[in-house]
Amino acid sequence: MSGVEEVADGKKAGRFKKHMIRYIYLYLMIAPVIVYYLIFMYAPMFGLQIAFKDYRPSLGMLQSPFVGIKHFTAFFGSYYFERILKNTLLISFYDILFGFPAPIILALILNEQRNALFKRSVQTVTYLPHFVSTVIICGMMVDFLSLNGWVNAILSSLTGRAPTAFLQVPEWFRGIFVGSNIWQEVGWGSIIYLSALSAINEEYYEAARIDGASRWQQLRHITLPGILSTIVIMLIMRVGRVMNVSSEKVLLLYTPNTYETADVISTFVYRKGILESNYGYATAVGLFNSAVNFVLLISVNQLSRKVTDNSLW
Amino acid sequence: MHPSNKKSSFQSQSSAEKIVDAFMAFVLCLLVVATLYPFIYSLFASLSDGALLTRHRGLLFHPLGFSLDAYDKVFKNPMIISGYKNTLLYLVAGTAINMLLTCLGAYVLSRKSFKPRNAIMLFIIFTMFFNGGLIPTFLIVKNIGLYNNFFAMVLPNAISTMNLIILRTSMQEIPDSLEEAARIDGANDFTILFQVIIPVSQAVLAVMVLFYAVGHWNSWFNAMIYLRQRAKFPIQLILREVLLSNSTDSMTTGLPTEGSAVIGEGIKHSTMIVATVPVLIIYPMLQKYFVKGVMIGSIKG
Repeated sequence: MSGVEEVADGKKAGRFKKHMIRYIYLYLMIAPVIVYYLIFMYAPMFGLQIAFKDYRPSLGMLQSPFVGIKHFTAFFGSYYFERILKNTLLISFYDILFGFPAPIILALILNEQRNALFKRSVQTVTYLPHFVSTVIICGMMVDFLSLNGWVNAILSSLTGRAPTAFLQVPEWFRGIFVGSNIWQEVGWGSIIYLSALSAINEEYYEAARIDGASRWQQLRHITLPGILSTIVIMLIMRVGRVMNVSSEKVLLLYTPNTYETADVISTFVYRKGILESNYGYATAVGLFNSAVNFVLLISVNQLSRKVTDNSLW
Repeated sequence: MHPSNKKSSFQSQSSAEKIVDAFMAFVLCLLVVATLYPFIYSLFASLSDGALLTRHRGLLFHPLGFSLDAYDKVFKNPMIISGYKNTLLYLVAGTAINMLLTCLGAYVLSRKSFKPRNAIMLFIIFTMFFNGGLIPTFLIVKNIGLYNNFFAMVLPNAISTMNLIILRTSMQEIPDSLEEAARIDGANDFTILFQVIIPVSQAVLAVMVLFYAVGHWNSWFNAMIYLRQRAKFPIQLILREVLLSNSTDSMTTGLPTEGSAVIGEGIKHSTMIVATVPVLIIYPMLQKYFVKGVMIGSIKG
C-alpha cells in the first residue's frame, strides 16, 4: 500500500469514526425501528418466494420444493380468478364512483355554512363513525337489514312487499357494502378537502365578487381549481388501492350465499391461506394482487404528472 | 373562508340563493340524523324490555319499557369481561410500543444533518407501496414463535408508517434553536427527544395516541388469525361472535331456549353500546387536533 492510499484510508476511517461518535445515539434510536421493518415488512417480502414453492412448514421457506409458476397457472385457470377479480374491481369502481366525490361534496357544502357552531357540530357527528369498529358497524348492519330489522319493516309498510334478507341476496351486496362505506367515511374524508378549502386566498373571492361573479361562478373558477391538486392526489392514492378491497368488512358481512358477488381477492387469500392452509397458492394470489397494485400506482402517478403536474413523487 | 367573511356579505341574497342555502342546511341535517340514528336505535334497543323488543318491528324513538337486564347480562358474562381485560392490556402495551418506536423513528428521520436518513426513509416508505401480504406475514409471525402469544397482538403493527411520516414532518418543523440550546448544555439525543422535542409536540402526539389506541380497541383480524385460546381474545373478537354468528345462546346458558332468544336481541345492542362508549368518550376531547394531524400527514413525505 502506498503512503497516499494509507493516508486516504486513515482519513476515511477517521471520518467514519467521527460520524459514529457524533451519531451513535441516532443509530441506537433507529435500530429498533429498522429491526421492526426487517422482521415484519421485509422478511414477509422475502417469504413471497413460497408463491413459487410447495410450502411445507416442516421444511421451511428456503427448503420447500420449487414448483415454478404452478400456483399462478392454477389460479389464472380457475373459476375463482374471474370471479374475485371482477368482484374486487366492481366494488372498488362503485366505491370510487360514489365514495370518492362524497367527501368533496360534503366539504363544499360545509364550507358554505356561515354558522360556525352548526358547521362544527356536523363535523363532530360525521367524523364519529370512522372511529367505531368494523365489527360493531357490521353487527348493526346485520341486525337492521335482517328479516325482522327496521329497514324491512319500513320498506314493507311503505311498499307492502315481503321482507328481504338483504345480506343473503348477492345482488344487494355491493350496494350495501359501498353505501355503508360512504356512511362511515364521508365525514372523515372531508377533513382534507376542508383544509385545502381554507387555504384558498380570500382575496380571489373578494375580487370575483367585485366583478359580480355569482356563487356558482366562484365555485367553478376559484374553489374547484383551488382544491384540484388535493383532489388529484387523493384520486391517485385511491386508484392505487383499487385492487385492495379490505377483507375485514367483507369477511364480516358475506355468507356463502353471497360469495358470488362478495368474494374479493383479500378474502379469497384469507380462506385459501389461513383457513385451508394452502400457503403457496394463497401467497401466489396475494403476490399477483400486490404486483398489479404496484404497477397501477406507478402508472397512475406517471399519467397524472404528465396531464396535471400533480404527483405523489 | 369566504362566506363566513361578514364584511363581504353586503350583497343582498337573491331568493334563489336562499333556497340553495336552505337546501344545503337540510342535507347536512339529514346526514347528521342518518349518522346518529343507528347508534341511538341500538341505545334504545339495549334499554328496552326484551319481550317487547322481540315483538317490535320498525324504528325506535324511545326504549320500549325500561330494563337494564341486557347490561346486567353483559357485565356478568365472563367472556365479555375477559375480552375487555385483554383489549385493555393489548391497548396499553401496544400503544406504548407504538409511541416509543414512532417517536424514536420520527426523531432520527427528522435530523437534517444525519446523512443516512434519506436511505432509511426510502427503506421505510417502500413498504407502503409493496409488502409481503397476508400469508407471508402470517407465516413469519408464526415462525418466530408469536402464534397464540401476547406479542402477536402488539408487535406486527408496532409502527404505522403513515403515523411515522406525520410525526417526522411535524418534528422537522420545530426550530433548531431549541435543540442547539440543549446541545450546548451537553444533552445527548435521548435527552433532546424526551425533554425538548416531545414536550413541544404534544398536540400531534395526542392525535397519534388516539389513532393507535382506537386501532387497538377496534382490531380483531390479527387476533382471529394469531390467537387460538378464547381466554386471550380481545373484546372485538368476542363481539363478532355475539353479533355476527348468532351465538348469544352461549351468553345465556341456563335459560330456556325461548328466554335466551328474548334476551339475545337486547344483549347484542348492549354489547355494542358497551364496546363503543369508550371511543365516544375519548374522541371529542381530541377532535380539535384531528385537522392538524391529518393535514401534516398529507404533506408530501
